[in-house]
Parts: sequence; C-alpha cells; structure tokens
Amino acid sequence: MAGISETAGPAPARTGSKSVLGPEEIRRALTRIGHEILERTDGAGDVVLLGIPTRGVPLAQRLAARLEQTEGVRIPVGSLDITLYRDDLRLRPARTLGHTEVPGSGIDGMVVVLVDDVLYSGRTVRAALDALGDLGRPRAVQLAVLVDRGHRELPIRPDYVGKNLPTSKREVVRVLLTETDGEDSVTLQVGPEEGR
Amino acid sequence: MTAAGGAGTGRPGARRDQGRWLIRGARPLGGRPADIMIDGGRIVAVTESGRDRRDQGPGGRDDGNIRDQDPDGQVTVLEAGHLIALPGLVDLHTHLREPGREDAETVASGTAAAALGGYTAVHAMANTDPVADTAGVVEQVWRLGRQAGHCDVRPVGAVTAGLAGSQLAELGAMADSAARVRVFSDDGRCVSDATLMRRALEYVKAFDGVVAQHAQEPRLTAGAQLNEGVMSARLGLTGWPAVAEEAIIARDCLLAAHVGSAMHICHVSTAGSVEIIRWAKAKGWRVTAEVTPHHLLLTDELAAGYDPVFKVNPPLRTAADVAALRAGLADGTIDCVATDHAPHPAESKETEWAQASFGMTGLETALRVVHEAMVNTGLLDWSGVADRMSVRPAAIGRIGALAGGPDAISHGCPIAPGSPANLVLYDPEPITTVDPAAQASRSHNTPFAGMKLPGQVIATFLRGTPTVLDGRLTG
Amino acid sequence: MNRHLISAADLSLDDAVAILDTAEEFATLAERPIPKLPTLRGRTVVNLFYEDSTRTRISFEAAAKRLSADVINFSAKGSSVAKGESLKDTALTLQAMGADAVVIRHGSSGAPHRLAGWVRGSVVNAGDGTHEHPTQALLDAFTMRRRLGRLDGLRVTIVGDILHSRVARSNVWLLRTLGAQVTLVAPPTLLPVAVDGWPAAVSYDFSSVLPDSDVVMMLRVQHERMSDAYFPSVREYSRRYGLDGDRMALLPDHAIVMHPGPMNRGVEIAADVADSPRSTIVEQVTNGVSVRMAVLYLLLSGSREPAEPAVATTGGLAPAGERAMSAAAAEAGL
Ligand SMILES: [Zn+2]
Repeated sequence: MAGISETAGPAPARTGSKSVLGPEEIRRALTRIGHEILERTDGAGDVVLLGIPTRGVPLAQRLAARLEQTEGVRIPVGSLDITLYRDDLRLRPARTLGHTEVPGSGIDGMVVVLVDDVLYSGRTVRAALDALGDLGRPRAVQLAVLVDRGHRELPIRPDYVGKNLPTSKREVVRVLLTETDGEDSVTLQVGPEEGR
Repeated sequence: MTAAGGAGTGRPGARRDQGRWLIRGARPLGGRPADIMIDGGRIVAVTESGRDRRDQGPGGRDDGNIRDQDPDGQVTVLEAGHLIALPGLVDLHTHLREPGREDAETVASGTAAAALGGYTAVHAMANTDPVADTAGVVEQVWRLGRQAGHCDVRPVGAVTAGLAGSQLAELGAMADSAARVRVFSDDGRCVSDATLMRRALEYVKAFDGVVAQHAQEPRLTAGAQLNEGVMSARLGLTGWPAVAEEAIIARDCLLAAHVGSAMHICHVSTAGSVEIIRWAKAKGWRVTAEVTPHHLLLTDELAAGYDPVFKVNPPLRTAADVAALRAGLADGTIDCVATDHAPHPAESKETEWAQASFGMTGLETALRVVHEAMVNTGLLDWSGVADRMSVRPAAIGRIGALAGGPDAISHGCPIAPGSPANLVLYDPEPITTVDPAAQASRSHNTPFAGMKLPGQVIATFLRGTPTVLDGRLTG
Repeated sequence: MNRHLISAADLSLDDAVAILDTAEEFATLAERPIPKLPTLRGRTVVNLFYEDSTRTRISFEAAAKRLSADVINFSAKGSSVAKGESLKDTALTLQAMGADAVVIRHGSSGAPHRLAGWVRGSVVNAGDGTHEHPTQALLDAFTMRRRLGRLDGLRVTIVGDILHSRVARSNVWLLRTLGAQVTLVAPPTLLPVAVDGWPAAVSYDFSSVLPDSDVVMMLRVQHERMSDAYFPSVREYSRRYGLDGDRMALLPDHAIVMHPGPMNRGVEIAADVADSPRSTIVEQVTNGVSVRMAVLYLLLSGSREPAEPAVATTGGLAPAGERAMSAAAAEAGL
C-alpha cells in the first residue's frame, strides 16, 4: 500500500500484464523471509508482526503461521492501519479506516516487523512509523515486503524482501492474495497513467 | 418596437401626450384581430381587421412596430398583429413602501414595475411609515402616484389607527380626501377583534367603502413560519395552520352578512377558504376575494432549502390548495388576482428563514404567472383573465366601469368606443427566464427568479398615453 | 457539490454505516496512550455557536483537537454577532479566515442550509432550531449498536416533545435509514400535525409500548411548553410521559434507556432510572466524541477539487464522499 498504483483496484485490462510471482513463488518468498527474521532477531523471541492493511495483514498472518508450523515459534501478529497518518488525506476522498489491532504483548520494547505487500515511495512506511510512535516505543522497527519495486521518495529501506522488481513509474504492480482476492499472484502491467 | 425614425411624432422614451394612436391587428381579449383607434385618451373606434392584416410585417408577422402612417404625423400606428389586447390591469393589493421604506420601493419605482406588468391602476396598501391612516398620508401617496405618472395610485386606508387594531382610523376623512379612498385594510395584520371588524364593516357603508381583511388569527399563528403540514413538520418551522385563515374568513363572512356590508378577503390561500367563500357567495352575501399569483403557482415544498425568498404571508400552501385556488378563480368564487407585491431589500431576505421578512414582489410577473397557471391549463381564456385582473378588481376598488361622477377614474372598461384608453398589449408567445436584476422594482425578492414563464407585456396605455412601449418604460 | 452534514435525512445507508464504522475505530483509538491523531493537521474547524450549548461545543472541540485540527470557537455572545452582524456577514468572515469546516449551532431552523450557501468549507449542523441535530442521532445510533449489537429491526421508542425536538427529527430519519422501527410517544399537542407521514408509529400510551421496546429515548421537556398550554402541568406530564422505576420494569431485560441531555431529573426521567445500568447517558457523551471525529474526518479528508484525477482506489468503497454527504435539498430551490 505504499502508493495507489500498486494496489489492486478495478482490474485494468489484463493484456500487457506480466506474471511476476505465482502462488508457489509467493509461498517460497514468505518462507525465506520467515527464516531471515528468525536469523536476524535471534529466534524472534521479542518480535511482533504488524501487517499494514489491506494485504499486509494476511501476509503477516501467513508469516506467523509458517514460523509456527516449521519452527514451532509463536509470534504475536497484529495490524496497523495508517490511513489517519497519511500525508495525502487532503488530496483524496475519505477512505474507510482499516483496523488497528496490537497483540496483547504490546509493542513497548519489542521488535516490530511491519509487513506490507509492495514497497514503492516509502510514504506508507513513513506513516506507519508515525502511527507506531503513538502506540508505544518498540526496541526496533523492521520492514518486510513481498515486492520492492523501487522509486523511493523517502530514506526508507526494507529489511526483508520477497522479490526486488525493477519497474518504471508507468507500470502497476498488482498483488492478489487468496484471503482478500481469491488467488495468489503478483503481476506487472502498464498502467493508464502514473500514480503517485 | 422602435419608432420609425423621426417622422413627426415624438419618440417613445419621451412621454407622449394623449395623441392619436392606431393599434392595428391586436386581438381584444384574445379574440379576432381588430384595429383600435385611440384619441383624446379614449378609445374612439374598434374595427375588425382585414384578414390580410395577419400577414403584415417582416417574416409574415407584425412586431408591434410603430409606423407613422398619417402624413401629417397625427396618428401613430402600432402594428400589433399577434398581441393580445386587455383592459389595463388593476391591482387591489400593492405595497409601494413609500413613505418610510424607500430603500425597498418608492411610489415611482413600484408604479413603474406596475406599468411594466401591464397595470394601469394599483391600490397602495396602508402599512407604510407613517401608516396611511389619515387624509394627509393617503393624499401624499396619491400625489406621488400622479407625479410618477406610470399608473393610477389608489391609496388604501388603514382600518385602525396605526394598524394597532384597537381604534378605528378616520375612515371618513380618508374617503373624503383628494385620494377618495374606498378600500380600507390593515393588511399585514388582521383586524382580529370581532367587534372592531363589525364596526368597520358597518361604518364604511356610508361612503360605499369596502374593508379588505388580511385573514390571520393571531393566536393560531404566533411565530408561524410555513404552512402547517408535511413540510413544516419536516423542516422544523413553526406551522401556520390553514384554519388560522379560514376561521377569520368564516367569522367575517358571517359578520358582513349580519350587518349587510361589503367585505373583501385578501390573498386567499387555502382550499378551505375557497369552500367558505363559495358558501357565502351562494347565500348572496357581499363577499369578494382575491388570490395572489404566487399562491396560484408555488407550493410550500419550495421552502425545503430555507431560502426566504419563498417566505410570504400567508404562506405558500400545498399542491391541493393551489388546485383549489385555481378552480375557485376559474369559477369566479375568487373574484380576482391581486399581487400582494411586497418588495424587501436584500438584507431582509439574506438571512435565516425565521429572521427574514415576509413577502414577494409580483407586479412584473403577475400576468405571466396567470398565463401559466390559468390560461395554459385551460382554466381561463383571455376574456376571463381580463375579468379577473381588470374588470372585477376595478369594481371592488370602486373604480370600475360603473363608477360614476365627473372626476371618476375608470378602469376595467370594455375595449370599446367611449372607454378610457387603459390597455395592455401582451405577446403570449415568448417564453423567457425571470431575471430579478432586469426588473424595475427596487427590490429583487421575486420567487420566480430563474423560472421560465410565458409571455411579455409589450405596451401599456394609461388613458391613451403609453407608459410602456416595446416592453420598456416610456418615461 | 458542497460537502456538508446538515440533515440526517440526507445520509444514505452506506454513509451512515461508514460514519458508525469509522467512529468505532476512533473509539478504540481513544484508549491508546496518545489519543491524538495527526489526521487533520493544518485544517481549521470553527465552532459557530449562536446558542449556549457547552456540552455539544466541547464534544466537537475535543473531536477536532484529537484529529489535530485548529479549533476556533466563535460564540455569538460578546462578538460582532451580538451587535447585530448578520449570519451572512459572519459567514463571509469565516470564509476569509479559511475555515475548512464550520460547526454551527443556531436557534433558527435552516440556518446551516443558509450558511452552506455562503461558505466554501464543510458545514456541520450541531443543532438548528427545531429542525435537526444529526450528530446527536448518529451518536445515539452508535450507542444503540454498541449496546445491542445491531440497528436493523431494533424497536426504538422516542418519548417527549417531538414537535420541537431536533433530536427526535434526526433520529426518526436516521433510524429509518438504518432499518430500526421507531415509535413516538407524546401528548398529541407535542406531535406535528403531519406526523402520520413520518416513518414512525405513534402512541399516546407510554406504558403499553414499553414491553416491546429495545430502546427508550427520553427527550428533555422545556418548561416553557407548559405556559403555551401544551400540557396542563409538569406533574401531569411526568405522570403520563415520564420514565420512572415502575415503567422501566416493563422493559425487556436487554432494553436500554437513553437521553440526549441535559436531563430534568424527576420530570421526564426519574433519578434512579437515569443512574440505572440500563442508562447509556454517560456513554452517549463519550460516544459523541468518536462520532464527531468520524464526521469531521470523513468530511474533511479529500479536497473539493482533487489535485489529480482519481486513480484506482484501494479495494472497497470509499465512504461518504462528497456526493454522498451533500445536502441535496439545500440547494434544491429554483
Ligand atoms: Zn396581507
């Protein structure tokens, strides 16, 4: 949700769209991210996963489920809606609020891993950091994304990346997830106009 | 309509003296085309036009062009081949605001508006400041009207001193004054005291006067804002029940019958009022009534946006009331249309609804609204329009064709030789949008602003002198 | 079109639900260590109050401040308004000050409609005369939904001076939209003559409707109604239309008792009823802030002229956009 253009709105014409990741590749990418989180956080003992609505939330849940399944590690999962912290509220019609839910562990002193589907300008992550600041004081904040498509507008970098995907600004990255869209896929298509 | 360049007669724009006019091909009361000859302020001949007259003028249609025909320039010809000729309209209910509220209207501006609307006589209501409750004030208004010259101004005298509703004004003095007042009204307020109303009805019999009642039971309308019904309930505006009007009308019909006097009812607005008046007339009682153009066309649903341009006393009512008023006017239960022209400055309307003044302007749109509400609906023909807007109001105002006396001014006379040449020429064909800024009234509070209405007044003649030509004031 | 909240009747079901859902999120935010959000930073909200209503003004003020808006309180008392400045001139002043929203409380019905014609910002009706008080109805609905879990099919009985109550009007229209069944209980003198056209049942017998009520909403009785002969005495009113412990016992176990405040204890509501666990009166105050936050957020996000054409939005519906919240009736004149 780092920018309008990479989210799945009303489907643009499928012609000219290129498959980037299929269901199996998404699964593998999440598995790899999960392992990296374990490695880098010494077993993830004080990690909290916070998904950024809409599609960051199921991704965070999948990560948690994977880690519990394969490693027997239970990691608290929550969601962090950033709508009220966006810097473009004046420019767009009002949005429905996503849900913010901090797990019982809280976030004070924890390592919060923000999870989102696509990293683009970095503005969403900036908003998420602001939102986190109002919720408490984590020991560290990290960022996991399924796709990094480049074109950062802020000094923000991901800690865990499923796939680095060089794009032009005219292109649209569409991430579909079974939980929200009925299928798992990441495609790249030429958009009608450059989004923000 | 322009004068054919300088061929001897005076230009329109400079007030013409009573000259000789030939109005060619106009249709008196919407009937067959006729040539109307005017001389010395009177109609001297009305002859049926030749069939070929219809084909005069460019485009096979006359445009009301004035042409000098007579070589010596003594007769001005007005080609009026598609215009309807009606006797000059008479308004029984006009608020000219002078003296006191010259920011809203003056006698000059209000009568200019009247002439542009086709009126040759208006009755100026008494609720000025000072109130027209003495011979001095009514004579002042009457004189201002004569000076302006756009139409005859007939002052209405107050029934009670200062409109206070407690003591009769000097009705006889006003009747005997130069203004020759015959219509008395506290309009704006109801003569709610039954005894006082009885006395007034009786007293004016001595000089053939008539009391015009503004029927509004005050206790039932304390703080009232809008017709009590679906809209008032929804909008949270204090309701103005129909019964507040009907109760007074019923009472006063009975009073008038009891003392054998004439009574006129101002601005009837409800279906129930029409029923009561129909009943009173069936009894043979001397009751007459008027309805405003706005009550014939508009409903209380217009209040939905709280724009006080639609705030008026009595309030706009429902579609059922509008239908009953139209039917009552068509069958003669309601005698006439009266404008209740009530100009207000912008600041009186650019407010919250409750703080705004009551009233709407109407002189310049009345005929067009009646055209839309009554003629286009098939309820009245043009002869009926002449009756309801000229003949009957003139009779009620005691200035009708039968009003005698050497000094008597007569309106509502037939378009026939011998009648004073009080005429309006009306083009029924154009349909245009009402633009308040284009009106002559000093105030712009017309509820018809932005509405498309049919027709246009082309010319108005007051005793042979055009006050309006080509839709514009002559002086 | 303008973006205003003037009448609850203008809210579609989607609008109303969006406001309630958004308010739900704001209600949870209120429990956080820092209940303030940056959302409306740089926006100016003017509270234009022509009537004294400290509680409503404070509620709007708290809502705006929690969203980081700048708040200007413009009270009619002691200002140019008291010296006779017209609403229009005041509106032009607020316009010049760059008000993004004007929250107006006014003694005249329709004043917010007029204001909306004179300012570019959003107009929020905080109670106009005897017309409407839409945010009160929204917070009432919000409170009902929180307590009882639903609104559709809920049986709501509103008791008191319906004729003069803006709270009742807004509730009738909003609850109709939300699918609740409303019954109005009042002496016949305090019902509009055209009440049969409203989407509500009418009863003169308070006790008989209580067993079938999920919600009883008591309206404040103004003492001046008595001098206008709307009812013979406060005692008689209280006996016939007041909610005391005996009447409350007729309610189903789950039913709640509401009051928009301020209460006349001992007149329309007995003290033990007001303080009973059924009473939501304190919650209503708390919920008022969340609901007003939601209204301000939904009205003030986005701009009148979008800086760029709308691109694809994120999945789901954008709630209560400009068209939805606009007061269609406001400009419906000729
Ligand atoms: Zn009147």
